[in-house]
Amino acid sequence: MLGPAPGPPAAHVPYAGESSVPGAAGHKFDVPVDGPAKHTNDPYVTGTSVLGIKYKDGVLIAADTLASYGSTIRYKSIERLHKVNDHTLLGASGEISDYQYISNLLEELATDDFNHDDGLQLNPKEIYAYLTRVLYNRRNKFDPLWNSLVIGGVKNGKSFLGVVGMIGAAYEDDHVATGFGNHLARPIFRSEHRPDMTEDEGVALLEKCLRVLYYRDKQSINKVQVAKVTEKGIEISRPYALASEWSYQAFVDPTKGAEGSW
Amino acid sequence: MDKGPHGHVERPSWSPYDNNGGTAVAVAGEDYCVIAADTRMSTGFSILTRDHTKLFKVSDKCVLASAGFQADAKTLQKTLDARHQQYQHKHNKEISCPAMAQLLSNTLYYKRFFPYYTFNLLGGLDNEGKGCVYTYDAIGSYERTGYSCQGSGQQLVMPVLDNQLKSASPLVLPAVSSATPLSEAEAMDLIKDTFASAGERDIYTGDAVEIIIINRKGIRKEVLPLKKD
Amino acid sequence: MFRNQYDTDVTTWSPAGRLHQIEYAMEAVKQGSAAIGLRSSTHVVLGTLLRAASELSSYQRKVFKIDDHMGIAIAGLNADGRVLSRYMRNECINHNFVFESPMPVGRLVTQVADKSQVSTQRASARPYGVGLLVAGYDESGPHLYNTDPSGNYFEYYAMAIGARSQAAKTYLERKFEGFKEASLDELVKHALFAVKESLQFLPCSPLAFGGRAYE
Repeated sequence: MLGPAPGPPAAHVPYAGESSVPGAAGHKFDVPVDGPAKHTNDPYVTGTSVLGIKYKDGVLIAADTLASYGSTIRYKSIERLHKVNDHTLLGASGEISDYQYISNLLEELATDDFNHDDGLQLNPKEIYAYLTRVLYNRRNKFDPLWNSLVIGGVKNGKSFLGVVGMIGAAYEDDHVATGFGNHLARPIFRSEHRPDMTEDEGVALLEKCLRVLYYRDKQSINKVQVAKVTEKGIEISRPYALASEWSYQAFVDPTKGAEGSW
Repeated sequence: MDKGPHGHVERPSWSPYDNNGGTAVAVAGEDYCVIAADTRMSTGFSILTRDHTKLFKVSDKCVLASAGFQADAKTLQKTLDARHQQYQHKHNKEISCPAMAQLLSNTLYYKRFFPYYTFNLLGGLDNEGKGCVYTYDAIGSYERTGYSCQGSGQQLVMPVLDNQLKSASPLVLPAVSSATPLSEAEAMDLIKDTFASAGERDIYTGDAVEIIIINRKGIRKEVLPLKKD
Repeated sequence: MFRNQYDTDVTTWSPAGRLHQIEYAMEAVKQGSAAIGLRSSTHVVLGTLLRAASELSSYQRKVFKIDDHMGIAIAGLNADGRVLSRYMRNECINHNFVFESPMPVGRLVTQVADKSQVSTQRASARPYGVGLLVAGYDESGPHLYNTDPSGNYFEYYAMAIGARSQAAKTYLERKFEGFKEASLDELVKHALFAVKESLQFLPCSPLAFGGRAYE
């Protein structure tokens, strides 16, 4: 490494009375310059990648159903795909409690639309813009919602697919993936995805990527859900198992020929 | 939690900032302004998307280009847009480019102690119809120039622009026009070359460049594909 | 109107089940010069009679832009109208900031009406002395609404408020069935005729016409 790359400035401003001289008044031992960890800066129960693609009739979003506790497989049936309204779907990775809080916010918005009884519902772009503000405002308070959110939908014949990160950075694309998926699934999307895919082709592509993630992302399991949004509405599949293949020699005897390491 | 290789408890790190990269270039002539930015959005060594515009049309005579942290750039654009709507309600006209330049400076400085991590160029036509480029730092220092560039490719592009365009000192008396002597077509060619070049060496610049041309006829956009590697 | 023992504050009911202060506020609307609005299946048009307060003065603005897709015409206390128009502009800007989309017209009208309603239920508050015609175009098409100081609001094909608006309303009622298919120019023409109905004398000297179309 040639030293640190030029990057954004460190957010930390030393507290008044804080000293960098060990033993001096105000110096805190064992506390790094960025201060004591705050509860909210420390995710507990997390979900891993969410994948999303546009296809011929709309948008497909997929995720597994695992909620990890650190590196422990803690909850195996947490559904991370959420129907926001008739044409908007949300998939969440990251802290599960924060995701549930976000679901509640969206539930309130949807209820508000329902109560107005004028037939209007927020469209996918509006939900995306709103969530971008929510996550960005929380990062401004240094109290982030620890999530990457995938928002997909169809309205007036137009498909929408976007991602919002936990500090409010957001983008749209024909295919998206959060977390590990950005490294493992998107290269596959880039070579195999077409926006005019059929539903079967799209689901097959997502399952392929989920399987790759299952093999290489230790925070994933092979119990997954796929959801689709079309002009007609939203369908979220029941959780189902992804077939996997473990009979490769390297899996059967992983240390053969490489004793002491793997 | 486990002790990590650095000997202390490892937690997922959090920073309120990210650098999503990108380069912006603008050149002003006597009666036009060309402002351009690439469309790649990255984080670290990952490309998030190849098609994210960094250009924001403030008015028919004023365009903002922002590199840096996307969430801050987006918020900055939305804030300026809201302020511009209020301005229009109050004054019954679109804001001028020099006025927006001052507003942008104030908006950036307002967050002096929790800055927008954005690197901005504002390009357009001034009240006399002359091309103008305003170049900023993240906390609102700004200067009117004839050409400038900002963002991750700045170090690669700026010397080329200096070499090709050498502006007169703003201190010279009598004052010399800040606009470059280039024709609109020459400016376009120069900008296209700078992006092709920056894309060769800067991993945060590439995919495509959007170029907005503002002149007395109006405003138009061109898109030039760049290398995707 | 005579003073009576039930009109000293807005929150006191009369035995007849009326709130006199609210009704007085609605009288203020009737004293302002007329504002009319009408819509086709593609456009809404607002028209107002701009009447100078005196021979020496200019007239006051009665049509306000709220956003690129919305405008209002007011009748009644102009100052109150400006307050409400500022509120509506702010709501549109805020909605646009959060959702990156134009504010739905009906939703904003509901908010304005709710705001008006608040001052019908507080002894410390004064009801707005202004009626609004809200014209706008959103994803569900063109809309025309009327709100008044009581917090009531309705959607209309065509409506007139303000001084001698009954004559304009009569004109609109006679013609409105043809509005749906009308072109923009025809709507504007109907708007002008409707405004003319609210004039006491013809020709009227310090007269100007202010209007705006939304599509």
